[in-house]
Amino acid sequence: MQYVAAKTADEAVALLVGQSGMARVLAGGTDLLVQLKSGMVEPDLVVDIKRIPGMKDITAEAGGFRIGAAVSGAELGEHAGVCAMWPGVVEGFNLIGSTQVQGRATMAGNLCNASPAGDAVPSLVAADATARVHGPNGARDVAILGIPAGPGRTTLAKGEIITSIFLPARPARASDAYLRFIPRTEMDIAVASAGVSLVLAADGTVESARVALGAVAPTVLLAEEAAKAITGTRLEEDALARMAAACAAICKPIDDKRGTVEFRTKTAGVLAKRAARIAYDRAGAKK
Amino acid sequence: MKTIHVSTTINGDPAEFICTPDETLLDVLRNRLGLTGAKEGCGTGDCGACSVTVNGRLVCSCLVLGAEAQDADISTIEGMADGDTLHPLQRAFIEHAALQCGICTPGILVAAKALLEKNPDPTDEELRYWLAGNLCRCTGYDKIIRAVQAAAAEMRGA
Ligand SMILES: Cc1cc2nc3c(=O)[nH]c(=O)nc-3n(C[C@H](O)[C@H](O)[C@H](O)COP(=O)(O)OP(=O)(O)OC[C@H]3O[C@@H](n4cnc5c(N)ncnc54)[C@H](O)[C@@H]3O)c2cc1C
Ligand code: FES
Ligand code: FES
Repeated sequence: MQYVAAKTADEAVALLVGQSGMARVLAGGTDLLVQLKSGMVEPDLVVDIKRIPGMKDITAEAGGFRIGAAVSGAELGEHAGVCAMWPGVVEGFNLIGSTQVQGRATMAGNLCNASPAGDAVPSLVAADATARVHGPNGARDVAILGIPAGPGRTTLAKGEIITSIFLPARPARASDAYLRFIPRTEMDIAVASAGVSLVLAADGTVESARVALGAVAPTVLLAEEAAKAITGTRLEEDALARMAAACAAICKPIDDKRGTVEFRTKTAGVLAKRAARIAYDRAGAKK
Repeated sequence: MKTIHVSTTINGDPAEFICTPDETLLDVLRNRLGLTGAKEGCGTGDCGACSVTVNGRLVCSCLVLGAEAQDADISTIEGMADGDTLHPLQRAFIEHAALQCGICTPGILVAAKALLEKNPDPTDEELRYWLAGNLCRCTGYDKIIRAVQAAAAEMRGA
């Protein structure tokens, strides 16, 4: 195995393209090093992207924020601007692992590791965030939903890396939330999860909504019917019930010792309801 | 495997080492630099026994490559006491019997110190969440929480 700390995104791309064997990007390493140690992956080349200028930056852009691909959970959690605008994105990301894992883990790493249960992903989908992908043919912006291809697989082509994630601007009276179910209170993998992003109209009704579900299908799900069920409502009980039913209708979870199909399906809807209420309260509370 | 030469700073002193590209910072500290305070409990980021700080951030050294330490500023348990004078956290752990076998202790001390630098007056709940990635199979945690709180109180007074 060779280790190279790339100095530019172009250098990283060239190194990845030039490697005929297996190559891996290294961000926080909290997935990659575990996989290396277990022999699950045996790369010929590891390209560290943390030293590329800008990768650790959080910058205001077009009313939103661009978050460098090497920004850790601890760093994002300390950024008052992002926490105020996208609290659900931050809380999803900050649920990952322990304090120590937060010191290293990145959102792009969570996304590219492509676990169906990745905790940073549903909120990013709900936020309609985009990933900036740098590759042999230059840069392109991809909706987060377009990155995962299946468990452990992404749509990124050889040599492509994510250099940043963009969180768009928010109107007033907008917020988001993320909830997951785990059997413990900390340090566990989501059995089901939900991220909800809401924009409220002046009269307090939901003007637009995005709902995303994690751990209930091979990749994160955008629950469009669920979002429709609460649009134009004030999250009355019947609207929330329709939303939960719409969530359950699209779940295709696995059955394992951590949760049955039935349990994961029901839980996803319950979490979506609760996350919607939290996002609603946050949006209303915001001036 | 081609070895890599790394220049870094450990506990305030410049340090140099040679490592293989796949060698973890934990293995470098323990096997190449003789700093055996950080322990390997799991090697997969779950137990926190290998906790150190890199550029002021608490991390599991088992999930960091030695090569990543280039130009970094690393603190380990070996840098905690000032010569023969123990850090208030170290004294509190002895006074409150907050350890039994001691395998988890270096990691917990490093992690607790990182918390108190950010938040000198944590609630028990904040402290327990902060230390959720530091497993202890002996003490049942209660004495650890009391020891950290005692040290925190002393440090706030000092
Ligand atoms: C103790 C422990 C607890 C954990 N708990 C959770 C949890 O609760 N929830 C959860 O979702 N995850 C959890 N994880 C998994 C992991 O921490 C997260 O998935 C994390 O976000 C990965 O980010 P990273 O930067 O460390 O990724 P890395 O390990 O650096 O990379 C992960 C994968 O993505 C690729 N990659 C990374 N960055 C890029 C990029 N910019 N462009 C292209 N490819 C890239 C890498 O090549 C690799 O294949 C846990 C891990 C540990 C060790
Ligand atoms: S040895 Fe690093 S976390 Fe257990
Ligand atoms: S004292 Fe033995 S593991 Fe904590």
